[in-house]
Amino acid sequence: MKINSVKIISLLFFILSAFYLYTAHQIQVFTFDENAPFNAKTFPIYLGYAGMFFSGLKLVLPDQKPIEVDSKHLEFKKTFLLVLTMIIYGATILKVGFFLSTSLFLVFSYYFLGERRWKYILIFSFPFVAIFMYLLHGLLAVYLRDPLLKYIGIMG
Amino acid sequence: MIEGILIGLKTALSFQNLLMVTTGCFAGTIIGMLPGLGPMTAIALMIPITYGFDPATGLILMAGVYYGAVFGGSTSSILINAPGVPGTVATSFDGYPMAQQGKAGKALAIAAYSSFAGGTIAAIFLLIAAPSLSKVSLSFRSPDYFGLMILGLTAVAAFSSKGNFLKAMMMCVFGLMLASIGQDTLSDIPRFTFNTMNLSDGISFVLVVMATFAMSEALTIIIKGNDPTKAAKQISLTDLGSIKVTKEETKQMAKTIPRSSILGFIVGVLPGAGATIASFLAYGMERNFVSNTEKEKFGKGSVQGLSAPETANNAACSGAFVPLLTLGIPGSGTTAVMLGALLGFGIQPGPRLYETNPEIFWSVIMSMYIGMVVLLILNLPLIPYIARILAVPRTFLIPMILFFSVTGIYLMSFNNFDIFLMIGIAVLATILRLYDFPMPPLILAFVLGGLMEENLRRSLLISDGSWSFLWSRPLTICIMISILLIIIWQIYSGLKSKNK
Repeated sequence: MKINSVKIISLLFFILSAFYLYTAHQIQVFTFDENAPFNAKTFPIYLGYAGMFFSGLKLVLPDQKPIEVDSKHLEFKKTFLLVLTMIIYGATILKVGFFLSTSLFLVFSYYFLGERRWKYILIFSFPFVAIFMYLLHGLLAVYLRDPLLKYIGIMG
Repeated sequence: MIEGILIGLKTALSFQNLLMVTTGCFAGTIIGMLPGLGPMTAIALMIPITYGFDPATGLILMAGVYYGAVFGGSTSSILINAPGVPGTVATSFDGYPMAQQGKAGKALAIAAYSSFAGGTIAAIFLLIAAPSLSKVSLSFRSPDYFGLMILGLTAVAAFSSKGNFLKAMMMCVFGLMLASIGQDTLSDIPRFTFNTMNLSDGISFVLVVMATFAMSEALTIIIKGNDPTKAAKQISLTDLGSIKVTKEETKQMAKTIPRSSILGFIVGVLPGAGATIASFLAYGMERNFVSNTEKEKFGKGSVQGLSAPETANNAACSGAFVPLLTLGIPGSGTTAVMLGALLGFGIQPGPRLYETNPEIFWSVIMSMYIGMVVLLILNLPLIPYIARILAVPRTFLIPMILFFSVTGIYLMSFNNFDIFLMIGIAVLATILRLYDFPMPPLILAFVLGGLMEENLRRSLLISDGSWSFLWSRPLTICIMISILLIIIWQIYSGLKSKNK
């Protein structure tokens, strides 16, 4: 059996299914439901077995169409920076507020992806978010939490 | 039925709904035009917006987005040979050569007329078939529904896996596992929540769709270093030539459209098949029907070669609504997203929808037709302008998609945990995509998870824990045999390709 990335993913899925099956067995059902034909853990138990079955088959059987992704051609750095920016955006959106966090997220994302035309970067960040917020909050009456704008007195 | 049609027309023709179908077609065209972003992404991005509307309006908007996205996909296929959606790959076979001959406008017009005709004919079929099928499906019982759901999952796994059936089945199981997180619907017992309050209500459907489609598609474009708009920079998007179609070409289309519509609709109704298979089958069928002289032109800019897949893929889109509206079981990833959205509105599609919510049932069917008209009269003349979206650099496009995805979840929950969970699922989905693990089976399974468990629960309780319900009724046996046939066919084709 040749080890490749798909086999490793299948192995991980097999372990996940085994863990899922173990956790399914640990689900506490009501005493009167213990011996019922169907209770809260019946379906998850079958799913655990199904996951182990399919991933086990994928592990054991030879690959029909082996796929190897050439990692040299993948842009890990840009992707990592983008994901990191999203995590920071997610962490700050409630505390800092929608306007500032979203605008900064857009500015950094444009920059990390290689955009250097600052005129466009600035147009499609702060004013764009302001218009978007006006449409949502002002016209469609969709609530947008923004402590910063509330503190300044721009938002009610 | 006439009464229903009138109710549907009244709802669909209200100012708000007309505005929604127009907006949906327009937004769908723009998103569908961008290679890599298909109808599922387009609909996923719309879901948070639709929650502010009533169900009929929300569904009308999504149906408009669906058609618009398919039409948009054809545009990028014809103009830059980069199909926006898999269902329009066959369109590029003759559409792109036509555009290279300086007849891009004509190719777009033929595609638009064929789409309109295919969609209209299929909408009429849907009008006739859906109510009758709704009545038939009232006789379906829990074991039949359970069987149908497994059939749907197996079929989608078989058709979307491109030879990787096991990978697709793993994704189905993963989708069902994700759906099982949260409180059990009947007993309220928490499952797989790990004592976290954030998971007690389960994972939001919108979160999973956004993460596995919109976000992961954007991340895949970045990690692979693809530039979906690169090809557009090499052609003129403003000078597309005349959109006039000659009498001879109209005659040719008139022969192609009826047969491709019927084929497309039938294929669309089948679970898992969808627009991609319909368009390829229609292309192949048309090639067999035409004269030898015309056959020579296929692949070099044939009118019939372009008209057939375009007619079929739109007819299939309408056909895909039949199992969704009549059985409540989606036959494709896109209709699964719609089912999820409907469940979010508190509406359970199925045979009773026809009686309980006739305004939704009929207005969706009516809005399909209106959507076709909108696409034809609005999008065709505007194509030279809309096509400029193809030139938007990815440095702006990708952050916008990510922004809409995060905002969608933020507006629904105001919870950091959901945003982090979405990013986590998106990263995982991106890795899985790199190794050709298909995402539509995951979404379909996630949507069907709750319904599947409910029907299995009823079946097992009725049969006192025995699995004999799977072969106790002729209908259930037929469904189970179909599932077995699909599995055997998959094993056989796998062994055959290995021997080659």
